[in-house]
Amino acid sequence: MINIISNHWQTLLYGLGQTLLCSILALFFSLVIGSLFAIMEVLPNKIAHTIGRAYVELFRNIPLLVVTMFFYIVIPKFFFQISGFAAGTIGLTIYTSAFIAETVRAGIQSVDTGQMEGSRANGMTYWQAMRYIVLPQAFKIVIPPLGNQFINLVKNSSVLAFVAGFDLMYEGNTIASTTFDTINSYLVVGVLYLIITMPLSYYMRYLEKKSNRGVN
Amino acid sequence: MKKLFRNLTVLFTMLGLGLILTSCGTRDTSNASVWQNAEKTKSITWGVKADTKLFGLMDVKDSKIKGFDADIARALTRQMLGKDAKANFVQVSSQTRIPLLKNGNIDAIIATMTITPDRAKIVDFSDSYFDAGQSLLVKKGSPIKNVRDLNKPGTKVIGVVGANSVENIKKFAPKAKVLELQDYAQALTALKSNQGAALTTDNGILFGMAVENPGYQVVGGTFTKEPYGIAINKGQTDMKSHVNKALKEIVKSGEYNQIIKKWFGNVSGFNYKEVER
Amino acid sequence: MQTFIDAYSWVNIAFLLKGLWLTIEVSVASIILSYIIGAILGLVRYIEVKYLSAIVGFIIDLIRNLPLLLIFFFTYFGLPNMGVRLSIPASAILALTIFESAMLAEIIRAGIVSVDKGQMEGARANGMTYWQTLRYIILPQAQVKMIPALVSQFISLIKDTSLATIIMLPELMYHAQIIYGQNSNYIIPMFLALAAMYFVVCYALSLLSRYIEKRVN
Repeated sequence: MINIISNHWQTLLYGLGQTLLCSILALFFSLVIGSLFAIMEVLPNKIAHTIGRAYVELFRNIPLLVVTMFFYIVIPKFFFQISGFAAGTIGLTIYTSAFIAETVRAGIQSVDTGQMEGSRANGMTYWQAMRYIVLPQAFKIVIPPLGNQFINLVKNSSVLAFVAGFDLMYEGNTIASTTFDTINSYLVVGVLYLIITMPLSYYMRYLEKKSNRGVN
Repeated sequence: MKKLFRNLTVLFTMLGLGLILTSCGTRDTSNASVWQNAEKTKSITWGVKADTKLFGLMDVKDSKIKGFDADIARALTRQMLGKDAKANFVQVSSQTRIPLLKNGNIDAIIATMTITPDRAKIVDFSDSYFDAGQSLLVKKGSPIKNVRDLNKPGTKVIGVVGANSVENIKKFAPKAKVLELQDYAQALTALKSNQGAALTTDNGILFGMAVENPGYQVVGGTFTKEPYGIAINKGQTDMKSHVNKALKEIVKSGEYNQIIKKWFGNVSGFNYKEVER
Repeated sequence: MQTFIDAYSWVNIAFLLKGLWLTIEVSVASIILSYIIGAILGLVRYIEVKYLSAIVGFIIDLIRNLPLLLIFFFTYFGLPNMGVRLSIPASAILALTIFESAMLAEIIRAGIVSVDKGQMEGARANGMTYWQTLRYIILPQAQVKMIPALVSQFISLIKDTSLATIIMLPELMYHAQIIYGQNSNYIIPMFLALAAMYFVVCYALSLLSRYIEKRVN
């Protein structure tokens, strides 16, 4: 284990950086895209609602690997050049956005419908009420689950290993297959993943407990 | 917050302990004699490729693995254990083959595996059973004519995780960036999706790809020698000597050349007479 | 158009369906195993046995926070190293079971916790033992509450089987890769087929969960 770390720490660190970068980018974009589709789902417009619903159902029911490979293989073949890292990040974004859309939609719907009606009665347009009254409250509800989404993103970003995305898992694979020290290479990789995800997940639990106490 | 920190301290102590335990726990358990077991069960389990045309490719029609490696494995099994002996196949990738052999999941690897000094420290090799050399596959009309053309910053070369060719290309074209994919099917698909300027591996594999894909060609000749060997776990000396003996016998009986002709006889650009023995 | 007709030849479709069948077999086996193990682990966490619950909780947290790919590597490469030798499908099932039972344990624990604490006290006051209350009052209610979360975890599991291509499990994704690896004209038809097959299986399961939910309520 010590050997792997001392000989390959630069590669591992680079991989860890790529993993984090990819996860943060994907979190940001999937939050934006996910919110858009969530709003579409709650719109009174039937077409918008159907499109939002279809997007969410489609990408929640297809494996991440299929989505990612699609972007790695199909897009460059027929449209434009895209690197493994980009393909992986786009795949992750689209996949995660479907889950985030579901969370945000639940958040919006949990905000009392009376609030929307009240703001409309006070002369706000639908969009103003959405923007200033409903969404801010919805996001407050949605923030804690987002932490869990980020943990999922970090774990799921290992799919970049399939598309030469130079993330932690990819670097782990190359180290394992050049040093032949499979177990220790993957142990090191595992510890590095845990260093990111474990404290985060304990912190999320702490937040959840705190907010529960507040409610009670 | 205080509790959180306490939890984290406990967490990392336990992590550390766990790691020490697992490191101590890893050991090589494949001490049982592979050869004795093979004689007893009348079967040998070979690790073969399932995605590599001409060497080991899963047939879509019957899900059987077919190719030069698979046929040699069958011939060797019969030679070693008699006509009714069975060759079992486990599909491996360049990445999974060595751990599987070390763990004893498979008795031997016959999967386009080059004999290299680094690998010979980990596993034992039989005599070489096929003489390959590393080459390049590019799109027809590509400016890449040989390995030197790849040695430019920004050039991407596609290879496969765990393949020797990836290490070689880093020496021959140090400025190029190497993308390592999971297996040859993925690597070829990536090349066709323009993820890299060339795909590099051994000529035999590349010719297999070129046969199916007329828009692509093998260029630049071979720039390394890649003798393929059958890998056997360290310490399995009687297995190794039986494999070597059987290999000599199938060469002598002409079965080897028949298998060569069967797989490489009709590959354009590849002179099968050169690899006959 | 001709490419599509060629790509969806009977031979290729049969090959894909064979992969799909293995995907389903591996998924069903892992779902059953991980549900049983997850339920036990979830209960152990809920009833707070001294030390045991803390250790179980810690292990669950470790597993939940690792990428599943890594767990595939550990079961396929690591376990044989300690003397346990497994075939590809067996180690895929084991990896999925380990990962998913940790996920399910957490869902099940949360499900039990979400059933009102007052119910336990009420039932105990009426003369039921702790175990009787758990068995007849708390668990049945928790089970109903858990259905959506459980089913969405099962759907994840089915999708996650695709990651087992990395250890060469010949499931749906792997079979599609073999087909388009040989003829790249088939890439788009194969991706469409892949998406359609996974979607049908997973969506059917989520419809089923909604149906059960409605009936129970």
